[in-house]
Amino acid sequence: MQTEQEINRLKTIIHDLLHEAKNQGASSADAGLSVDNGLSVNVRLGEVETIEHHCSQGLGVSVYFGQKKGSASSTDLSAKSIKETVTAACSIARYASEDSYAGLPDPARFATEFKDLQLYHPWNIHADDAIDLALNCEDTARQYHPDINNSEGASVDSYSGIRVYGNSLDFLHGYASTRHSISCSVLGERNGDMQRDYWYSVARDQKNLDSVEFIGQKAAQRTVQRLGAKSLSTRKCPVLYSAEIASGLIGSFLGAISGGSLYRKSSFLLDSLDSKVFPDFINLYEQPHLLGALGSALYDSEGVATQANKIVTDGILNTYLLSSYSARKLGMQTTGHAGGVHNLCITAGDKNLEQLLQKMDTGLLVTELMGQGVNPVTGDYSRGASGFWVEQGVIQYPVQEITIAGNLKDMFQHILAVGNDIDYRGNIRSGSILIEEMAIAGE
Amino acid sequence: MDNLLQLAKQAILVPAGIQESDIHRVMDQLISGTVDDGDIYFQSSHSESWILEDGIIKEGSHNIEQGAGVRALSGEKTGLAYSDKIEIAELLTATKNVKAIARQGQNVSIALPSKPSYSPLYRPVNPLNSITDQEKVDFLRQLDSQTRQLDSRIEQVIISLVGVQEHILIANQGSSLVGDVRPLVRLNVSVIVEENGHREQGSMGGGARADYHYFLDQDRGLSYAQEAVRQALVNLEAAPAPAGSMTVVLGSGWPGILLHEAIGHGLEGDFNRKGTSAFSGRMGERVASSLCTVVDDGTLADRRGSLSVDDEGSATQCTTLIEDGILTGYMQDKLNARLMGTQSTGNGRRESYACTPMPRMTNTYMLPGKSDPDEIIASVQNGLYAKNFGGGQVDITSGKFVFSASEAYLIENGKITQPVKGATLIGNGPDVLTRVSMVGNDLALDSGVGTCGKEGQSVPVGVGQPTLKIDSLTVGGTNV
Repeated sequence: MQTEQEINRLKTIIHDLLHEAKNQGASSADAGLSVDNGLSVNVRLGEVETIEHHCSQGLGVSVYFGQKKGSASSTDLSAKSIKETVTAACSIARYASEDSYAGLPDPARFATEFKDLQLYHPWNIHADDAIDLALNCEDTARQYHPDINNSEGASVDSYSGIRVYGNSLDFLHGYASTRHSISCSVLGERNGDMQRDYWYSVARDQKNLDSVEFIGQKAAQRTVQRLGAKSLSTRKCPVLYSAEIASGLIGSFLGAISGGSLYRKSSFLLDSLDSKVFPDFINLYEQPHLLGALGSALYDSEGVATQANKIVTDGILNTYLLSSYSARKLGMQTTGHAGGVHNLCITAGDKNLEQLLQKMDTGLLVTELMGQGVNPVTGDYSRGASGFWVEQGVIQYPVQEITIAGNLKDMFQHILAVGNDIDYRGNIRSGSILIEEMAIAGE
Repeated sequence: MDNLLQLAKQAILVPAGIQESDIHRVMDQLISGTVDDGDIYFQSSHSESWILEDGIIKEGSHNIEQGAGVRALSGEKTGLAYSDKIEIAELLTATKNVKAIARQGQNVSIALPSKPSYSPLYRPVNPLNSITDQEKVDFLRQLDSQTRQLDSRIEQVIISLVGVQEHILIANQGSSLVGDVRPLVRLNVSVIVEENGHREQGSMGGGARADYHYFLDQDRGLSYAQEAVRQALVNLEAAPAPAGSMTVVLGSGWPGILLHEAIGHGLEGDFNRKGTSAFSGRMGERVASSLCTVVDDGTLADRRGSLSVDDEGSATQCTTLIEDGILTGYMQDKLNARLMGTQSTGNGRRESYACTPMPRMTNTYMLPGKSDPDEIIASVQNGLYAKNFGGGQVDITSGKFVFSASEAYLIENGKITQPVKGATLIGNGPDVLTRVSMVGNDLALDSGVGTCGKEGQSVPVGVGQPTLKIDSLTVGGTNV
């Protein structure tokens, strides 16, 4: 099939490139190549706004002269450009320092089994049909409620790509994948208060996308719910992170246990291996080989085989997330996490969002966060938030222009519950997370 | 500007074997039928980065990005297609694809072709070869050892040096090609300090549209290192930040990110044409205290946020956004200007040939006032002095914005006292500037580090302001 041929063509480029690196004196090298094609349409107020045809390619190469490393990248895949890219990487490597930790991974750790993870499901949708879908989506949102009075539009995006990775230790593999999404964002106004919210669906296979009606309705519903938002007075109270933003909290945890942060001592979780970082009921695990999932991969960005991992068991940290470089720096072994995690899950509890609100009783349900106010070295956390004030388990009114603050180390220890309302739209899959207490600053 | 055009043609068209007449041929195909405007954007970008960590030159990379984007405009519709290959055949295919946008033609006015006149705001230098690779690594090593000598509590030093040279060529309807050569350099020093098991970070950097000599001159590299160490050490002493609404004094320079988030984005033409901004329809109204005049100025020589000519071929300018507290101007690209019946303000920018242009900020700052900064601090009984910031974000529809302080102090009885931990500040864009009660005489622009993200596209920007007193702003600390 055509994809297979294209993968083979790109493999040949990598093969030749690695050969060229050797010719130019590199003792080892690795390279990755990607080619992406896509269609993106956006409609607004019932009219087409943009149609974008995407086709991009990129090549990245790293070379080692002994323990000295140099890298280069290019968007031009011609033979001449590839040679120049290798030359540029080699030239830089000559000026880099000897780094005894640098180098390719132990070949014994490379992936050797290449089963089909079912990541490639081309949509082949024509622009006109994509436009019709987007129009239906936006129309549903605009019809949803009389307070919906404007729109940022609805979009349909479809991408397919091929990734090939190879290194001079004879690892060479490539695969094709697809990613499709539909999104919608609408505005509402009531008594001079204007609000906007959105919703989206994303999947490897378009059959797994939510219907455009569901997406449109959800976007509009979220906007209408925000109308009439007010600030809160400054206080301390429980905070419930809704599932769609709870993954960010888990993301901060993953950053703190990743090798790069640890060897640079820029983590608030230094020396935390085998210690209690969450309450007993929290388990974090990784399922890199789930068929058709957004985060699935057979190997990490160095070719090291990924494997099912229990990262946190009963609240205790079992492993850091290491690449071969950060592992050597820490005197450990790579865990196959060069480039990050693959389908990271947190064990769901037995409560849905409504039951979690009841458990919280009185407190803040946060549905959106703003800004980057997280200090990775200390764990100090302070971010803008909006959501809903809850009393006796029932939403009272929408809230905005407040901040929520605490320290992540402390927040992780004081998680009271994780919901079963898991958001599957990303690489981190989490339900809503209830935290015992945070500081709220408002008017 | 003719010189720039020649340089850009030399870098982009000559290697591809393309004649100017070939481009006119593609433009003729593009601008026909119901397409009422369009352009071709050629880009060739060479960049490099060098990273020093653990006292060694850990790695470097060299990156080449080039391609051409073809855009067709029809009414409110935009079609974009691009190619990584700069070839006429690719451009013709792209042209065919984007013209589909206009199939349901609308009546639109045709923009009058005009040749922009602009003067170069920076020299067409190539940072990458302005000093040798050996000089680059020697500079980094020397800066590392100088930094480590600044304090015994320094645990980790990471220094990065980045240089870019970009050649741009824009083909517009009915006018000849417009070219630009854009250098950009950036140096960053970040440190981690440790005392009694307690660690903190500090970071400082700078940059300009210049070559690497910018950092060698005036010992700028060392001054960034000193500042990074100073901030980290201050934060070692920091107590929990207060929570709640209070008087806030913002320092001069980078804290101007307030203006970028609170009002800048809300005054971009696209949001106002669509009526999705909290500032929509408010032209001529009071949105700030009479002490406030805010401009977006793309014409400052050598600044990171400056452009001699924007990414649509329009000359940049200084646009007054707020004058004595009254909203006077939006920032426009061609599409939104045409649809709103006005002119581009030279704010049409795109991250690369693979992205559509949008109205974007350049250097956004507030003009100086009359107050002495010491007098401003002395006027505050109890409040927060926020001297340095990280990033920020805004919801342009609700107007709510945040920006995160990375160095802050309590003000007690008119004096700066205890340092407090970083905290996010949150406010409402359309009214935060109405609470400005004092404006300092110490206007400063940032050191050249800003990057703005909008709809997934990043572009370099600048901000600035004098010391400002805001009578009430919510501070997101933990000390309730």
